[in-house]
Amino acid sequence: MSPRRVVIRNQSAEANLFARRTFIAFAGVVLVLLILFGNVFNLQVESFEKYQTRSNSNRIKLLPVAPNRGLIYDRNGVLLADNKPVYSLEVIAEDVDDIKDSIEQVSLLLNISPERQTKFFKSMKSKRRFKPVELHSRLSDQQVALFSVNQHKFPGVFVSARLKRYYPFSDLTTHNLGYVARINRKDANKLEQEGKSENYAATYGIGRLGIERYYEDMLHGTIGHQEVEINNQGRVIRTLNYTPPVPGKDLTLTLDIELQMIAKRALSGKRGAIVAMDPRTGGILAMYSNPSYDGNLFVHGISSKNYKKLLESKDLPLINRSVQGYPPASTVKPFLALTGLEENVVTPTTEIHDPGWYQLDGLPNKYRDWKPWGHGMVNLTKAIEQSCNIYFYDLAFKLGITKISNMMERFGFGDYTGIDIHEESKAIMPSVAWKRARYNKSWYTGETLSVGIGQSYWTVTPLQLTQALTTLVNHGERKVPHLLKANSELIIESSGNAYHQITPTIYEPRAPLTLKNEENWDVVLKAMHNTVQKFGATAYRPFKGTTYDASGKTGSAQVARIKQDEKYDAKATSENKRDNAMFIAFAPFDKPEIVIAVAIENVAKGGGATNAAPVARQVMDQYFGDRVITSQTHRAKVNVKTATVTKHQEAD
Amino acid sequence: MRSSGQDQQKTHTLWQRLHIDVPLLLGLLTLLALGLFLVYSAGGQDIAVVYRKARSIGVALLGMFIVAQIPPLVYRKWAVPVFVLGLLMLVSVLLFGHVGKGAQRWLDLGFIKFQPSEIMKLIVPIMIAWFVSQDSLPVKISTVVLAFILVLLPTLLIAKQPDLGTSLLIASSGIFVIFLAGASWRLISACVGLASAFVPILWMFLMKGYQKQRVLTFLNPEQDPLGSGYHIIQSKIAIGSGGIEGKGWLQGTQSQLEFLPERHTDFIFSVFSEEFGLIGVAALLAVYLFVVMRGLWIAVNAQHAFTKLLAGSLTLTFFVYVFVNIGMVSGLLPVVGVPLPLVSYGGTSMVTLMLGFGILMAISTHRRFHV
Repeated sequence: MSPRRVVIRNQSAEANLFARRTFIAFAGVVLVLLILFGNVFNLQVESFEKYQTRSNSNRIKLLPVAPNRGLIYDRNGVLLADNKPVYSLEVIAEDVDDIKDSIEQVSLLLNISPERQTKFFKSMKSKRRFKPVELHSRLSDQQVALFSVNQHKFPGVFVSARLKRYYPFSDLTTHNLGYVARINRKDANKLEQEGKSENYAATYGIGRLGIERYYEDMLHGTIGHQEVEINNQGRVIRTLNYTPPVPGKDLTLTLDIELQMIAKRALSGKRGAIVAMDPRTGGILAMYSNPSYDGNLFVHGISSKNYKKLLESKDLPLINRSVQGYPPASTVKPFLALTGLEENVVTPTTEIHDPGWYQLDGLPNKYRDWKPWGHGMVNLTKAIEQSCNIYFYDLAFKLGITKISNMMERFGFGDYTGIDIHEESKAIMPSVAWKRARYNKSWYTGETLSVGIGQSYWTVTPLQLTQALTTLVNHGERKVPHLLKANSELIIESSGNAYHQITPTIYEPRAPLTLKNEENWDVVLKAMHNTVQKFGATAYRPFKGTTYDASGKTGSAQVARIKQDEKYDAKATSENKRDNAMFIAFAPFDKPEIVIAVAIENVAKGGGATNAAPVARQVMDQYFGDRVITSQTHRAKVNVKTATVTKHQEAD
Repeated sequence: MRSSGQDQQKTHTLWQRLHIDVPLLLGLLTLLALGLFLVYSAGGQDIAVVYRKARSIGVALLGMFIVAQIPPLVYRKWAVPVFVLGLLMLVSVLLFGHVGKGAQRWLDLGFIKFQPSEIMKLIVPIMIAWFVSQDSLPVKISTVVLAFILVLLPTLLIAKQPDLGTSLLIASSGIFVIFLAGASWRLISACVGLASAFVPILWMFLMKGYQKQRVLTFLNPEQDPLGSGYHIIQSKIAIGSGGIEGKGWLQGTQSQLEFLPERHTDFIFSVFSEEFGLIGVAALLAVYLFVVMRGLWIAVNAQHAFTKLLAGSLTLTFFVYVFVNIGMVSGLLPVVGVPLPLVSYGGTSMVTLMLGFGILMAISTHRRFHV
């Protein structure tokens, strides 16, 4: 094929062929254009909504905004749980010219440790350049001030504030309020299960223990959203929309912080708990467990050293003793006496002889009274006044364990009181069935006798005692103990004369306890009144000279078992085996406004009257203040000035 | 009316002398101007990008003008030596080429860096047009076979760089010449059959991993929406969300917020569709159709087989750009690096295209003075 070869060409035939082929090509071009256009039409018209949605979901992002947690007040409006700003120092790398130099300078100014700087550079690597990275998580006020003055020197470095929980009364309220702590994986899983994760997307902490935990849903509030436009890197370009969060509800508690302070002072140096409640409502006035700990430590994340110290303390500060079981000892004698009357095994006038010991027929064991030579002839009232063990051994024997535990369960022993914190223990109300289930053993009559003086397996929480006592002073009307008085929307209790629950749904109402003979209430209550008011009765001394008319019952619980014929001597017994002191009280006698239960562990000397009763009195003195409550039975009207007690007989 | 007719006659003559085909120029200028607006929007509203694009346009127009002055038969004369030189350059690219973006495409001559494959886009159609126009049309089978081999040589060398887009364009420029030269339909069907048989071989032995991935991604982009499927998905979102009227110039969220990759280069059609909608797309396709029609008109009216074939091939290859680019960004074709002709940012391909249009203008305007 030579390029120079001369060919005879049919020009017009060639032109025709070319024109045909060109036309075919052109038809192809038009066809392809139609396909392209059809495809774009499909995308832009047929699937427009789909792609518009996807385009928006590309660029629009919802940034969660955490709601402010509801505040908590005491009954008089004193702030118990606050939200305080915590300042952190943050850096946006993109806005800093020389990041190394800038961090060095600002660290020098604010005295930021090299560890924090190292941590900062490490976390900076994993973040986008326009996202803030934390250099210091908790600046002091001084550091904030110092930085503010010098801020112009550090572009890209700024202070950011976040609200964190703060408990101004520190350890005084921890056992009641609990605390808010950082949401951990377990919390997150639980929130996920409950379908609440979305609402917690921006939330830092969650209620752990106490009121903070129980009313988490009320306190937390509803999340808000900032709708922003972002680019492909996630950088916020502008805000499109803002839905503000709904703050959590503020709570008002029934607690009286001044009373709580007195309770703490009265318990200082002791291990124990006190619960004071309004029997008209069930509202807790004071509830304090000593020793306590500072809940604020947990808000920022407690150091492992501090936590270990709390965990390993012999005094067990982490335990809320108000809701832990103690052997009730003689404090339950009024309830047992009422059971005897109800079951007709005794009458108010039935007398037995107390020689100082009690013995079951055919058994060698001797059950001793606290008074070696006995109380002589004893009826029900005297048995309570003097806390006569022999009377109650006999009563318990006559009743039997089943009747006792049935009645005690109606007073709420061995069950949750229903208080609005989750840390409550049921404690133990022993019964035949309980022992079978627990130990797989049958019940012994000797154990019934011990139950008769509030020992054996029987344990009660101070809170259960206040609840049972409330039922007693209310002549069978039962109240559910509670800490919440109101939140910002609804009032649970109204104050003033009409004490009643406006929203009973919050607290499940309990069926009242009715007696065959309603007069028996007063028999027992009067005996308790005598216990405090009658010269020589077990709780007479600690309540001498009150302006209000108190009633009560003491108790001393053996923690260690004492062998037959062995005498208890506190000094010779190791500290953790010494007796517990117990006391329950209410006042005024005619129209009770306050019921109190006190438990003190391992007292060095004496029992309920010398250790626990004075604690209860301090709280009552504070409660009544200068109010003078007169009544016909009050000892103010009895001439007691002549009566001098020369020798103290330790009661119980 | 008469005077205006006279003016027209005069201008026509003036443009003739300048060797400029006015309708074609108007079509091209429309596309170039649109490109300026679009790279401003797609390039993050950076005026510097627009200046650079404007400079390239200036160079390209100048190049087109110069090329248009050369009588087309000069190309026929130089076809063989230039083709041989081009092949040598392609070989040297593979041997000493400058590596950019994972492919060897650039040749550094010390004073200038350029892509021989770009020049081959012009040389190959010239060469094949010269080759098949030796005999009278329609082409004989033996000529077709030899022409195919001539096309295949540069195509494979470029595919080896690897540059799938350019090799595709070069192959089609050659094939268009053969088609327009009247290759028999039987032969064409045989070739199509052969090509289909070649696909598995291509897949198994010749294609690189990333190229296979592109094809897989094309078949199912949602399979890896954040990885290999990201580009095409974001592009379809951009186009689809534009709707009928579009979001408005500079208002396309997909491009302004940088969800769209390669916005001012290969994916500029997505930016255009997002901001100007279906109406804009229809207008743009109409302009492209106009340019193609004018190019084919020039081809049909050319006086020699060589110039006819060359003009037809250049025009249709230009359209291949349009088809492949729009097809790939709208999800009809796998992603191969082909720009939207004259609109995309990127000087090299634009200059080559404009040189091609220079040749078309030469064919259009020189015919009356030639021979």
